[in-house]
Amino acid sequence: MPALVLEAQGLGKRYGATVALDDAGLRLRAGEVHALMGQNGAGKSTLIKLLTGVERSDGGRIVLDGRDIAPATPLEAQREGISTVYQEVNLCPNLSVAENICAGRYPRRRWGGIDWTRARAEARTLLRELNLDIDVDLPLASYPVAVQQMVAIARALGVSAKVLILDEPTSSLDEGEVRELFRVMRRLRERGMAILFVTHFLDQVYAICDRITVLRNGRNVGEFAAAELPPPALVAAMVGREVELAGAHGAAAAAGDAPALVEAEGIGARGKLHPVDLRLHAGEVLGLGGLLGSGRTELARLLFGLDRIEVGRLRIDGADVDLRHPADAVRRGLALCPEERKTEGIVAELSVRENVVLALQARTGWRRCLPRARQESLARHFVELLGIKTADIETPVGALSGGNQQKVVLARWLATEPRLLVLDEPTRGIDIAAKQEIMGEVVKLARGGMAVLFISAEIDELTRLCDRIAVMRERRKAGELPGDADGARVLAMIAGH
Amino acid sequence: MSATVSLPRRWRRSLADPQRASLLATAMLFALMAGAGGVLYDGFLNPQVFLNLLIDNAFLCVVAVGMTFVILSGGIDLSVGAVLAFATVLCAVLVQHHGWHPLAAIALALALGTGFGAAMGLLIQRYRLPAFVVTLAGMFLARGAATLLSVDSISIDHPFMTRLAYLRLPLGGGYALSVGAVVALVVVAAAVWVARSTRFGRAVYAIGGNRASAALMGLPVAATEVAVYALSGFCAALGGVLCALYMLSGYSLHGSALELDAIAAVVVGGTLLAGGSGHVLGTLLGVLILGLIQTLIAFDGSLSSWWTKIAIGALLLVFCLLQRVLASRRRR
Amino acid sequence: MSPQSPSPDPALPRSARFAAPLRRAAAWPLFWPLLTLALLLAGNGLFNPGFLSLRWQDGHLYGNLVDIANRAAPLAVVSLGMTLVIAVRGLDISVGAVLAICATVAAWVVVRAGGGDAAPGLLPLGLGILAALAVALACGAWNATLVLKAGMQPIVATLVLMVAGRGIAQLVSGGQIITVYYPPYAFLGGGFLFGLPFPVYVVAGLFLGLYLATERTALGLFVRSIGHNPQAAHVAGVRARAITAAAYVFCAFCAGVAGLLVSSNVSSADANNAGLMLELDAILAVCLGGTALTGGRFSLAGSVLGALIIQTLTSTIYAAGVPPQVNLVVKAALVFAVMLLQSAEFRGEVRRRLARGAGAGA
Repeated sequence: MPALVLEAQGLGKRYGATVALDDAGLRLRAGEVHALMGQNGAGKSTLIKLLTGVERSDGGRIVLDGRDIAPATPLEAQREGISTVYQEVNLCPNLSVAENICAGRYPRRRWGGIDWTRARAEARTLLRELNLDIDVDLPLASYPVAVQQMVAIARALGVSAKVLILDEPTSSLDEGEVRELFRVMRRLRERGMAILFVTHFLDQVYAICDRITVLRNGRNVGEFAAAELPPPALVAAMVGREVELAGAHGAAAAAGDAPALVEAEGIGARGKLHPVDLRLHAGEVLGLGGLLGSGRTELARLLFGLDRIEVGRLRIDGADVDLRHPADAVRRGLALCPEERKTEGIVAELSVRENVVLALQARTGWRRCLPRARQESLARHFVELLGIKTADIETPVGALSGGNQQKVVLARWLATEPRLLVLDEPTRGIDIAAKQEIMGEVVKLARGGMAVLFISAEIDELTRLCDRIAVMRERRKAGELPGDADGARVLAMIAGH
Repeated sequence: MSATVSLPRRWRRSLADPQRASLLATAMLFALMAGAGGVLYDGFLNPQVFLNLLIDNAFLCVVAVGMTFVILSGGIDLSVGAVLAFATVLCAVLVQHHGWHPLAAIALALALGTGFGAAMGLLIQRYRLPAFVVTLAGMFLARGAATLLSVDSISIDHPFMTRLAYLRLPLGGGYALSVGAVVALVVVAAAVWVARSTRFGRAVYAIGGNRASAALMGLPVAATEVAVYALSGFCAALGGVLCALYMLSGYSLHGSALELDAIAAVVVGGTLLAGGSGHVLGTLLGVLILGLIQTLIAFDGSLSSWWTKIAIGALLLVFCLLQRVLASRRRR
Repeated sequence: MSPQSPSPDPALPRSARFAAPLRRAAAWPLFWPLLTLALLLAGNGLFNPGFLSLRWQDGHLYGNLVDIANRAAPLAVVSLGMTLVIAVRGLDISVGAVLAICATVAAWVVVRAGGGDAAPGLLPLGLGILAALAVALACGAWNATLVLKAGMQPIVATLVLMVAGRGIAQLVSGGQIITVYYPPYAFLGGGFLFGLPFPVYVVAGLFLGLYLATERTALGLFVRSIGHNPQAAHVAGVRARAITAAAYVFCAFCAGVAGLLVSSNVSSADANNAGLMLELDAILAVCLGGTALTGGRFSLAGSVLGALIIQTLTSTIYAAGVPPQVNLVVKAALVFAVMLLQSAEFRGEVRRRLARGAGAGA
């Protein structure tokens, strides 16, 4: 067994009433690629934050190379030897590649100034290790994300990192770039580096990783060798006991014959989405599956008018529409519960009541303010219906937990009584109970006549809930499957075999 | 990897780097304006005209250099005009009314300017107060302090100062530079070196690009943020000294709206107001361009001086729009 | 957050019993501006007997308080406009220049429309007002275009007009100070209505209109949502761009109204000095009133109070015979104090130091 480089035990973190991590741990050995897996909200990002000094653990210990460490800031973690490459590359886009690699450890000339020639040479050497030959004088921003990640890795090499944490690095990469990244990871592994690879793509885990640690609900489920844990067992470890979700498909068989409520004919936008055809019927739950970056959110945004449709036509109730602003979509009975809850969903400083009535008020117009009594009754209605845990409807939404915030956003859109509800990853980062409540409500709404577009990366959610499943891959629609299709078939279409 | 770089590659690199592209645009504008002046007016292309640009705007140049660093780091300093005024009044009062030697008065003015800037920087960095408002209040404070020292203008007639003011460094051919202009050029040269080759300078650029990343990379973000404002305060005070030399007076109304001119010079020089991209040499060109506008209008004789303000505003607009176009193209 | 604090326990020491209602009062957003104003006025009253006295003469109300309200009117008007812009996360530093432009335009139109004639009637007044406000709306539209269409940072976009604006004003005035010999025009800034100065009614009318607009319609909710999270507001269907543009246009409109008040008050228009440094005072007034510079939370009444505070300060310093330059220093101190109190980091540090001190003392 190769040497243990990093060992974390008993780590925990509470945020107010929410327990993000409880007695979790990790063991990294030299010369291995170790996957950290778990559903959204399982505690992966919290664990990373503790290891990289972004947050301090409530207990337990972290041992690096036999020494106890307790990094209080990201800089300290870096100095100890833990380097991280995030999905949003944490470098300075305006500085040159060479400078990003050697910032903070500039080679000096004898009389004090920075020796740029040596800096450039060092940068080129490090990049050559990764088989990259680029102009190191150009600003970092002039390179695509894949190259920027390589630069971040080169920097980690330069600071002699012992542990390299890659946090969801492949989300914005295409197939070729992912292969390059894996090649680099293998090379680093040969040199004895310990790599922690955080991802939610199953096939990538099996392509590159030696061992897998699974987290669920903030606790360790176990550490396994990748070769000894087949995918179904991995999924079972991540999801745990299968949760029975309320009434699935079958009842919507009639919906397929009805005329389409929303019909997208070859809609797309340059750089965002290749032309896609889609039909949505009232009373139907259409699932949209695919990996992150496959174009699901882009499609949702085009349907809702957040982005302009550049090619193709969108028809609602059979009539062509041109959506220039979300308000146009809302007026026609569309609703979008966005993926990014914090930046596009809640207005944290406003109260629950104000957040709930916001979209409805926006549709009603600025002149006619909804009477206070109506606002309060609406808010209370949804608090009860969705089980939103809040002290008061006047509490600022920012004080609620993630799951309850998501429910508030859902309530906002339900208040507009839409005919088509687009849900983009509504269950991300939410506990199982809340997930169940939301999903149950969604199915009830669909049976009541609402059309639902349900976007999710979780295959089991799609197969349990949806009447039809469309699969996106690389910004195109890969195909459609019936809702009762086997999970493996869906996975296959997503993976592209 | 060969050490020599073929010319086409270098050109390509210049245009790919928006920082270099901006600098090029500014230089071209300067050349264009100078050329236009030469065509329109007789005697415009006399080298002394251009040297006078530097002589007349030496103090603006020094102040703008300090402002460049602040803006590069993503901040802004509205107090520079007021600090300049304070420095002129302080020097005048100490020299004329209290018999101090000018060098001692100058030293005190520089020290106070730097300290004042550092204090503002501390408030901005430590308590995350918006730079705009803090330096705004600083402007009030400095201007008020200057007026408290002396409401009226104080003429300076100390022999040291007058000799320095009239001293001209001959450049051959009958052309000469003032002491102020030389100091300004030295400051620019020093600033170019600091920006390029010191950890402080690189930290300024890094912070302007992405503050959080700069901290992660181990750069001294907090100290640098305070230091840029201290540097700006120093430059404002030094500008005040040069202004006192140029006007041979100390007056609390000197440098009125100078901060706007400094910002305009920095923006026209190609520095992004959002921070992270820009060059000190661009600021020098920006100052010269502003001076050129004044000179062109003076040569014309028929245009009233308020056209200067409109012209500067228009230039500002054009350059900011240019920056947005370059930035959006780079993102694609 | 605690929704309600229970009534104080009689077993607690007296000081603690007062603490709870005091804390509740302090949580009221208008508490601090009102307290500051009250202290200033009270201080004046103490050191300067007769400062607070009012008297009725020739059908007008006279007194320092009336004077303060009158002089504060232009600043109050501009601050109201600035409040909305700041609330939607914007900034407008061109208000002083816009004021100068509008003042100059009004004076120019009044003179050209026959304001100096023997029997001009009210036409010059009407034309002057229309012209000034139209120009103000145009300036606001210009700022809005730069910010929203060209995507420039608000401070940069409005900097352009701030720099060029005075030049434009001087263009209109031909470099001269335009004097207006036309009594009806002087009414705007110097006239009395029912005993009170007319500008007070202008401020009151504007405040009332704005209050109704933000409280009786959904605009208040929209402005706050845009200021706190413009992306989320956009996704929810709020017309964020239109409302932001309207805020800039309205702010310039207010600057135009202020320009009318200022130039009418002195029956002239000075392109160079009208509204000088007004943007700084307006931002200060808005800050003092409790509006967050980061957007979202805003207080119209607070901004008016802020303007009154600044004017009271000026009057106090003038009445005390202290050199007027002290005004600048005091304003600076006020700004620092308010900003520090608004800063979470500062409050946190103070609390930590107090806790350490209390711990050491105990």
